[in-house]
Order: sequence, then C-alpha cells, then structure tokens
Amino acid sequence: MRIAVCVKRVPAPGARINVTADGRAVDAAHLGFTTSPHEECAVEEAVRLVEAHGGSVTVLTVGPPAAEEQLRYAASVGATDLVLVPVADDGAAWDPQRTAAVLAEALVGLEAGGGTPFDLILFGNESADSGGFQVGVRTARALGRPIVNGIKAIEVSADGGSLVAQRGVDDGLEAYELPLPAVLGVKEGINLPRYPTMKGRLASKKVALATMALDARAGGQRSVRLHRPEEEASTTEILGHGPEAAAAVVDLLSELGLLSEAGQ
Amino acid sequence: MSDTSTAGTGQFPSTAEVVVIGAGIVGNCLSGHLAEMGWTDIVLIDKGPLPNPGGSTGHASNFIFPVDHNKEMAFLTLESQRQYDALGLNTTCGGIEVARTPERMQELQRRMTSAKAWGIEAELLTPAQIKEKVPFINADILLGGFYTPSVSVVDSLETGTVMRRRAQEAGALQVFANTEVTALEVVDGAIAAVVTNRGPIECTHVAIACGVWSPRLAAMADATIPLTPAVHQMADVGPIDILQQTGKEVAFPIVRDMDTFCYERQSAGSMEVGSYAHRPIFHRPDDIPSNDEAALSPTEMPFTQDDFDPQLEQALELMGEILDDAEIRYAINGLLSLTPDAMPVLGETEVRNLWSAAAVWVKEGPGIAKLVAEWMTYGYPHLCDPEGSDINRLYPHERTWDHIEARCAEHFNKTYGIVHPREQWGSRRLQFTSPFYEREQALGAEFFEARGWERPQWYNHNAPLVERYGVPDRPAEWDRRWWSPIQVAEHLALREHVGMVDLSAFQIFDLEGPGALDLVQRLAVNQCDVAVGRGVYTPFLTPGGGFHSDLTILRLGDELFRVITGAFDGARDQAWIRRQMPASGVSFVDRSRELCTIGVWGPNAAAVVGSLTSADLSQSAFPYGTVQRQTVAGVEATLYRISYVGDAGWEITTSWADGPALWDALWAAGQPHGIVPVGIGVYGLSGRLEKGYRLMGAELESEYNPVEAGLDRPRVKAADFIGKEAYVAARAEEPAARLCTLVVDDNHDSAGQPRYMTGGNEPILTLGGDRIVDRKGRVSRVTTAGPAPSLGQYLLMAYLPPEHAVEGTKLQVMYFNELFPVTVARVGSTPLLDPDDSRMKA
Repeated sequence: MRIAVCVKRVPAPGARINVTADGRAVDAAHLGFTTSPHEECAVEEAVRLVEAHGGSVTVLTVGPPAAEEQLRYAASVGATDLVLVPVADDGAAWDPQRTAAVLAEALVGLEAGGGTPFDLILFGNESADSGGFQVGVRTARALGRPIVNGIKAIEVSADGGSLVAQRGVDDGLEAYELPLPAVLGVKEGINLPRYPTMKGRLASKKVALATMALDARAGGQRSVRLHRPEEEASTTEILGHGPEAAAAVVDLLSELGLLSEAGQ
Repeated sequence: MSDTSTAGTGQFPSTAEVVVIGAGIVGNCLSGHLAEMGWTDIVLIDKGPLPNPGGSTGHASNFIFPVDHNKEMAFLTLESQRQYDALGLNTTCGGIEVARTPERMQELQRRMTSAKAWGIEAELLTPAQIKEKVPFINADILLGGFYTPSVSVVDSLETGTVMRRRAQEAGALQVFANTEVTALEVVDGAIAAVVTNRGPIECTHVAIACGVWSPRLAAMADATIPLTPAVHQMADVGPIDILQQTGKEVAFPIVRDMDTFCYERQSAGSMEVGSYAHRPIFHRPDDIPSNDEAALSPTEMPFTQDDFDPQLEQALELMGEILDDAEIRYAINGLLSLTPDAMPVLGETEVRNLWSAAAVWVKEGPGIAKLVAEWMTYGYPHLCDPEGSDINRLYPHERTWDHIEARCAEHFNKTYGIVHPREQWGSRRLQFTSPFYEREQALGAEFFEARGWERPQWYNHNAPLVERYGVPDRPAEWDRRWWSPIQVAEHLALREHVGMVDLSAFQIFDLEGPGALDLVQRLAVNQCDVAVGRGVYTPFLTPGGGFHSDLTILRLGDELFRVITGAFDGARDQAWIRRQMPASGVSFVDRSRELCTIGVWGPNAAAVVGSLTSADLSQSAFPYGTVQRQTVAGVEATLYRISYVGDAGWEITTSWADGPALWDALWAAGQPHGIVPVGIGVYGLSGRLEKGYRLMGAELESEYNPVEAGLDRPRVKAADFIGKEAYVAARAEEPAARLCTLVVDDNHDSAGQPRYMTGGNEPILTLGGDRIVDRKGRVSRVTTAGPAPSLGQYLLMAYLPPEHAVEGTKLQVMYFNELFPVTVARVGSTPLLDPDDSRMKA
C-alpha cells in the first residue's frame, strides 16, 4: 500500500497557551511543539497498515521549516518518506482552503512523481490548535476521492482494493466500505501510538526530506484576533482526614459509577 | 488550577523570625535544620504546590557519586548522603565511572587518590569486571572503570517532606504552598519583610532557596545571587526487560560514561540517559514559564532533540544491547543552576540578614542546608570551611550576566571533564590588567588569572635562565601542564640577584576615621594599636576561632589603616569588614584600582632601590615590618619593608598613573644588579614555601586555628576581637593537628618517572598506607605542594596530628594512586630556608 499522512505542527498540549500582546499570534516563548494527537494516531495507523500489507508511508506537512522536527518524529516511528511544503511566514492568512489547495497540489505532484496514486490518504480528524475540521474534507474533494471522518478502526480488504472504516456514533458504530483510493480522518483512540526508539530516532535523521515549493490563494477566511478563554476554576473539597474519610470516598466513587457491585 | 489542599492550613502569618523562600531540597532541609538549631518561628513559602513545587528538585536524577576532588564539595556531599541515609531515603546501588581513553584512565587514578583522601571505598575495574557488574554494557570500547560501592540514589522529595514535617511537629514551622513573593522590603540595609500575594510577613531573616529563580528574588531587595538557569538534558528510555526483572528502583550500578559526559541510571524498568555534553543552553529566571504555562513543570522545558542526538549515538555504543529498541518515553531540557565558578552561592547577601542558599544540587542539598543554618545561627558554619561557596567571594564584575554566561558556557562541558588544579579560564580574560601590562607582555609574561585580575605567572624573557641554572623539565605531561621550568629559574635568579614582582592585584582598603582603630582591633587577632608606620600581619577569625582571612594592615596614620589582601580573597574580606563597620566614624575606601605595587626582593634589592631614592634604607633607619612614604625615582611611593618570598626588599606602592615610571626606573636601575621580572609562580608558591609562609584558602581556612597553623603570637592582646574566646581556648589545649612542612624523599613513580604533586588534596598516609585523621576528624592532606629550588627539594605542607607531627617522621603521600615516601621536615612555622631570617634582614 502506498499511504500518505498529512500532519500539522502545533503547540504541545498541557501548557497554558498565551497570546502575544497584539492578539495576533500564539506566544511561543515557553512552548514545545508536537504533531496534532489525532495525526500522531494517523501516522501510527499508516505504519501498522504498511507493516501488515507492505508499502510505504509518506508524511506531508505544510508548515514552517521547524516542522521538520515533526516529520523526523514521524520517521522515527516508521514513516518512510518525508515532504515539507514550507509556508512563507509572510503574515498572509493560511486558511483551510489555502492549506487544502496546497496539500492537494502536493499530493497530485507526489503521485505523479511516484507513478501511482496513494491508496490511502490519512488526516487527523481535526488539528489541535485551530480545529477547523475542514482541511481533510476539502483536500479529498479537490482530489475527487471519498472521505469519512471520525474513524476509529480501519480494515483493508484481502485484495487491497477497498477498506472498511468504522466510527463511533451516539448509539453504536457506523461502518463504511470505501473503494481505494480514499481519504480518512482518524481520531485519537484508533490505536496507541508507539514512542520512537533510540535506534529509530537515529535512523530518522538519515531519511531524505523532500521540499516542495507551492502556494495557493487564501479562501477569504482570516483571523482577526486571538484571545484566551477564561479558565474554569476548579475547587478542591476535602472529604475528610484519615480512616473517617473512607465512607465519603466510597460514596463519591459510587456516585461517579466507578465501583462495581459487590459479588460481580 | 488552585490547589488549596497543599497550602498551609493555619492563618497566614503577618510576622515571622525567618522566612525561607523555596520548598525544594534546600529550603525544606534548611527549615528543618533551623528548627533543630532552636529557631521557633519559621515560615516556608513556595509559589508552587507541594510536594513538588516545580523547581529543579522535582526532576533531579537524585543520584550521588561521593568522590570529588574538591574538599568542600566532597565533604558536603558525604554529609548529605549521611542525612539521606539517616532518614532511610538513601538506596545504595554503586556506581562506575567508565573510561574510553587513556587520559581518562589517568584521571581515574586521580579519582582513586581523592577517594582515599576522603575515606571513600573505591576500586579500579577492568573492562571484564565492569561487564560482571553491568552485563549489558559494551566492555569492548572501555579501558577500565572507577567503582564506588557507596554511590546511591536518594528520594529528595520525600526527604523534603520529612524535614518539613519534623519542624512542623516541633511547632517551629508553618508551610504555605501556592504563595508567591511579590516584593522584599529592606530597611536600613537589612531585610524587613516579605510581601506575598497572600499578604506581607514582617521578619528579621530571609533565606532565598529558590534555585533557578534565586536571582529574581534577590533583585527584589537590590541584592545579587549570581547564577544562571541552565539546561541539562535527560531522556527516560524503556521499558527494558533486564531492568524490569529486578523489580527495584535501582539495582544495577549507575554508569557515568565520563568521556562522553553522559550517564545511564536505572529508574525502575527504564534507563535515564543524562547529558552534560550538549551545547550550553541558558535561560534567564524571568523567562522560565509559570507552573500554569509549563506543559510538565517550569523547570522541565521542552526537549530539544537535535542537541541530544550525538549522545544517543554514544549511549547506543555503550549499551546498544538494551537501548537499541528502548522507547524514548520522557525527555526534558531540565533546568539546573550554574554559577561562574561552578560552586554554590551561600551566605549573607549584600543585604543584612538576607541569605542565599542557591546553586545547590540534590547530592549536596541537605549538607549545605545544615551549613547555611549554622551560618545563620552561629555567625559561621561549623560543618566545614565554606570559602569556596561563600557568595561574597564573587566581585561585582563576576555577577554580571555577560560574565556568568561566558564562564558557565566554558565550564558546563567540564562537568565530567578532567580539570587540572592549575587550569586557567579561556573566557572573560583581561578584565583587570595592571599599569605594567604592556611591559610585561613585551617580556613574554604568561598570565594567570586571579578572579579577574591578570598576573604574570612567569616571563618567557627569562627562558635563558633555565639553562643557566640547569633546571630540569618535568617528564609527566600532567605535572608540566600550566607550569614552566622558568618559574624555578626565576626563583634562583631572585635569590642570587634581585627580582621585581607585579603585585598590583592586591586588594587595598583604606579605613579612616576616629572609629578605625576600634574596627581593626575588633577584626584582627594581632595588636593593631601600633606606632604609625608599622605593618601588622594578622588573621581575622570566625566566631569559632578558625581563619576567615589572612592579611596585612598598615597603620599609615593615627586614624588611617590600610588593609592589604590578595585578589582571591578581596571580595570576601571586604564583605567581612563592611559587616563590622560602625554606622559612623569610619570611612571605607577601596583603592585597589588606584594603587599599584611592585615587590623588589633579593640580595641586591637595597642597591637597586637605594639608587633611586635619597631615603636611608638601612635596617636601623628602615626596620623590617615598617612603612615609609618616600620619593623613588621622582615618584611618590609607599615603601613597606616586608617579604613573602624570603629575601630582603620592599613592596613599593604608588598611584596607577605613576606606576609605569616606577617600573621603568626600577628596571633600568636593576640592570647592573641582574634584576629579573619574577612571576607569581615564585611569589605565591616556591618563594613562600621555602619560607614556610601560609596561604589563605590553602593552609588557612576556618577548620583550623592559628595555634594549629603555627601563627599564634606569644601574647593575646587585651582588646576584644572576633573569635577571641575560641583563640584563647585553643592556646590552652594541645592542638589536634599542627601544620608541617614535609620533604618528598623520592619522587619517582613505579615507572621510574619523577612526579611533582600539584597540591590538590593528596592524602598523607602512614607507612602502612592508612589515612591520618586527627581527633577532630580532619584528614591529613596536602594543602600546598611545590619546589624549593634553593634547597633542592620538593616540599609539601600538611596538618598532622601530634603523634605524626614530629620532625623526622617517615610517612607517605599518594599521588595518582601511587605512594611516595616523605619525611616531616618542619613542625610549625620555622622555615626550612634561612630559619633565622637573616636574608630578610640583610
């Protein structure tokens, strides 16, 4: 299988993310950067599919030069080809339409260069920073391929010509059968991504990284200002001290549905 | 998120005796030790939650390798390990420093010597023996290892919790987490209050134990704590079967891969790989994220993988068998504190009763906490001499960001480096040069630095003298490093003719006013109420009677006293004097940068100086130990007839502007008398050593008193002075040790090569090879080592207990793990050269 995964460099979760004084950008002073968590799962899923069926995993990003860090990380967990489409940090808006247009062009170019289309193109369900939920759908449409979002399981048919993808809905699962080539947006939980090994990390440095200079016009969506939402204040309630607190703890756990009934 | 559960449960106090800021290993232990020493109203605050408020303690690797070449650090580390052990929070696992290079193998022999000095069990291992202890190591790339069985891992967070709890249970301590300091209030130069986001606390003492944030806190009081937050990269890799199977936090010895500046430490089922090899990465305290802004904790910054990659490769080379497929699960750019000379910064800051307990690592935390608690309680520590850690050692020029970052960048990669005792800094040189600098350069001076001051160590101009005096070179590279045979030749030329020595690095303080006499009397052991024109060589003592300082005071007028001390001690001495200054009645003027000094000594010194002045220089008109203002070569100068090198002559002091003229006149007048420029290699080492003169920071330190050092005088002056009670008591008892001069009887090693000890704490041993420890628990070790060219000997100084302090006693010295026979040649201060000082009074 020939699989492509599109990823995005985003601030690492866990930290409070500050906005610059003019409200125009994220203040990166204290931030680490990572790959969006859904996309980390997409990379892992691609690597597993290739481990099972053979093939290659191309990881593609539209981002600043520093996004090489995220591409190398993907290589350290098994990606075989890396492609960076550098965005000029020109202050011009990079909205979902512009990103999708560039990605589609890049994918077409890679398919032309590779001689065959990608059997499967994976996106994360949404990015961890802007969360627009659009880039995957727009790219698929530009390529004229089917897409399903929110995917938590993928099974490729024996002949490699189609796949069944599942996603959770309120009262169960939906299963979609798609002919290949296809596009999927995967969600965290589809797998537990592996950590890079030391050897994998060192090997990743030797993987060739291709750069494609592409551009497209923005679709008209622009960011006006960023602001940080009020944090929800959490409070701590002391249930009691010492053994006397036990009953209150049991009550609370049972209220939260975390206790199984005795005898079961 | 507000975590009220870990904040203090009591009402926030408005007053306290002492506020300790920072609940890491140092602040917690400091609070505990203060309580044990009788403080009853301690408040400990931290801006983060407990038990891990987010400082460096929270991500420390928590292991202790006790062997250190530095006595102070070795002692404080051992004391800390004892404290962790007493709390049951010290897990012994052993540790191996492995060598990949011959240079490191040599260094491991030196480690063996230091282990012997401090009484720490250690052995050298072959690669096969290393493999037995660490089966997954690649022994093929190793030449050997240095094994210390007592290497341990400690629980620094739990230690802090226990220390806090004890003080709380004793009713002496209140603890408030999530409490941020917003200001420090100073009144009349003393700390008065700590203002927090929960209200102000009026207090008489404050201790800053905030690790990487300490500079920011100090700045709130216009004080300085010179350190920089610096990155130490660490990655946790696993799971690893062989480690998991042990079922322990740490079962295998910790490996320090010394030549790659990395370590591998088992942490339950995974391995922590830490590095001191990457580029220096510094942050400013104000740039460290808050607890909320940090993804992990404020001092666990985002990992910069590229910096770590070379170490990954080296780690795989060493332990590929288990690390190849291990996953990198947690990796950080952990912040720790570095200072410009790599030692902690402890003691009272520029603000009275505002204390610093900073730049301290987990391995020495509890010991240093006790030392600082003693300092705050008794006026000076009892545990050990703190000279190397005393924050007051640092001059203002050493407290700038430029200086801190340049020096830290230079020494960071030497954390596991092989550092020669005489090694010189490469960065931030030429900060202070004397008015003679260009002349010295023209004479090929080799400059060594003394805390920013450049001093010629020897002059290549004198190279022809090496052949003339037949000075042999040193065959061992280590002994030759930062040394030249020219030093010996200069020594002999001075003794034969005359030498001139640039002493402009002297720190000179003029104390003047109606209170000046009382001030110097209170500071000095020896009588300073002497005739105008007399010089007094005297110690300043700590309250416990040990040496704080060793310097000279000239009485230049009824109410004018000039204090002259060395560049290494000037900042400490100045702080000590200023602490004792009365509110009025004495002025303090630092004249170090206005006055320059040339020492002229040797049999022809009187002829040289006499040719430039009309003054009567005879012994009767100008006796030893006196000062006169005279005109020399048309220049107004102060002449002090004294000698630290053992030959007659003067220290001639004049203004900076007149210095060059004085130099040129002496140089010209000296030519017919065979004058040579002489470096500090003679002044500070061989010259003084032949004369048995002691040096502050080597022989003289707070752990020893003047009786033991042989510097007690026949009478005790009537006036009160700091340390008098202890001094009087010391005179009444048999000293536990006496400073001796020893001769190396045979300096050839097992390969037949002559060796020259550097004076880096080499242990003095009995003929049976046992350490010598006096009844106060102090070990006999070399405090100074150097040549005595006029005697044709190699000398050592060391304190010995009475049973060994007997002239003629045969002992041994260990150097690079080999034993050399020595003989006690002198007990006390009588010099080996010219015992009746006739040369100096010629």
